[in-house]
Amino acid sequence: MNYEALLIQTALADERIIVMTAENRALVKNIPAALGNRFIDTGITEQTMIGMAAGLALRGRIPIVHALAPFLTMRAFEFIRTDVGIANLPVKLSGYIPGFLSDGNGPTHQAIEDIALMRGIPNMEVFAPADEDDLVKMLPAIWGSNAPAYVRVNHKAGTFIHAAFEPGKAEVIATGSDITLLVYGFLFDNALHAKEILEQQGLSVGLINMRTLKPADEQAIIQSALNSRLLISIEDHLNSGGLYTIIAETLLRNRLSAHVFPLAIHERWFKPALLAEVLEFEGFTPEKIAEKILNEFQQPKKYSNA
Amino acid sequence: MTNDKAAYLKSVALKVREHIIGLSVGGGCFIGASLSCVELMVYLYAEFLNIDKGDLSNPERDYLFLSKGHDVPALYGTLVETGFMPVEKLANHLRSNDSVYWHPNTNIPGVEFHSGSLGHLPSVASGVAYDCKIRNQKNRVVVITGDGELNEGSVWEALLVANAYQLNNLTLIVDRNQFQANIRTEDLIPLEPLADKFKAFGCRVTRIDGHDFVSIEKALSSIPDTNDKVNVIIADTIRGKGLPSIEARADRWFCAFTSDEAGQLSNELHTNKKTAVLESETLIVR
Repeated sequence: MNYEALLIQTALADERIIVMTAENRALVKNIPAALGNRFIDTGITEQTMIGMAAGLALRGRIPIVHALAPFLTMRAFEFIRTDVGIANLPVKLSGYIPGFLSDGNGPTHQAIEDIALMRGIPNMEVFAPADEDDLVKMLPAIWGSNAPAYVRVNHKAGTFIHAAFEPGKAEVIATGSDITLLVYGFLFDNALHAKEILEQQGLSVGLINMRTLKPADEQAIIQSALNSRLLISIEDHLNSGGLYTIIAETLLRNRLSAHVFPLAIHERWFKPALLAEVLEFEGFTPEKIAEKILNEFQQPKKYSNA
Repeated sequence: MTNDKAAYLKSVALKVREHIIGLSVGGGCFIGASLSCVELMVYLYAEFLNIDKGDLSNPERDYLFLSKGHDVPALYGTLVETGFMPVEKLANHLRSNDSVYWHPNTNIPGVEFHSGSLGHLPSVASGVAYDCKIRNQKNRVVVITGDGELNEGSVWEALLVANAYQLNNLTLIVDRNQFQANIRTEDLIPLEPLADKFKAFGCRVTRIDGHDFVSIEKALSSIPDTNDKVNVIIADTIRGKGLPSIEARADRWFCAFTSDEAGQLSNELHTNKKTAVLESETLIVR
């Protein structure tokens, strides 16, 4: 099952679903033939697409809308906030090529603030699947709810077989007493391999696939803070407003303190290149993630038991 | 239109303007833009829109979307005079115990969608119109926009898309009162020739006197069932219509008057003579 097959299956079973795109058909190539007039391509008009989606939702529809993540979340931001957010309508936003997945496009196409923007809208739920398997396990619950939702779409095939999805619950892959890696989206796979490298160094390493960023799984964050000496947030997002912020807010709200080391993008856009080169340049290959974490963890006395 | 009907509609419009004057006292309101669209609003609710007050969520109803949301006093007044809203609610204007504030919101029964941020409802209405069409329902979807609001690119973007999908069940009425906030539209971002612009975007365009019920009726009743274009009615209006002291004045946009001034304005409304002495400051920014 892939994204489009699931979308067709879901839409054919539920007349309420309308599939829309702002002329980004990568994920919906076969939808027009399958859905007829329940597919709407509004052209390169993210704002109009969102406004129309709100109107369709007023009529009892569940619009699932598609555009490149940066244009969806930024060009149409005020339409999402004002027409979907205020009215609390079940419009489902699918953001394509978020984060590092925009590889060689350059900063215009880099959605590295999308989580911050979308989680700032009251009522909006935010999801970031790790890979295609995770994506198709998460989408039925996301599309089936009455809440507005933003999905940071990643449909790349992964190697990991994920657990069943429960909204609001993270997927705890492993617990570790030294370090816990908290990650979402595309970087999950690299975090998984970084975990193996760290374990080869004799460390006890946990790994959490956040899956839902709003509402985030506070218990998973709290437990990792209580069980590990160091938390690592890993995200292809600015280090403001994303997972690092979510962890900080969670710890503060629960009067906990913990060492948290963020691996994110700080106060700039990332180097555009083919994805493998981006990861190398920005230091997000499994090896570089592990190296940065080891350097941090091995700082004299900082994380020792004593 | 019969003389009786015309007289009746005029009497309703007069009462709506009384309500608008009332709402300009205390916290104030966007009085000029409200007064310009009274006849449009009254005709729509009293004569045109097929909406059952007892069944506001009927999927076969007609829809009105007020995109230039700051003229909501005209809507409040019209909803009161057409029986959608109890008159007592107007006393709650700007009070925290109710939702009668400076922009429309769905806590007011009969309001289909909130507005305030300009340029949104042409696309929202297009979504509604699209759905009515693919369900083969005959609902008519009407959007009222301001003329200054036409500065927003999203209005034109929505028209491109609505015409691409031949949403002939959608009608956009432009309250062409010649002002945006404290400036004449033609002195800031000129809109004319406006009909040509809409035509170039593929719309079916008519231009009428927006204070004349006969013209309004003719324009709305002549919308064809069979065309493939979005309908646009450019309604030429006068900002502040009915109150000679504030008619067509750039500085009478958002106004908060004293009770005494409101009384004088009410007198103007009935005499149509410029007699009021207005000393309250006009707010340039709200």
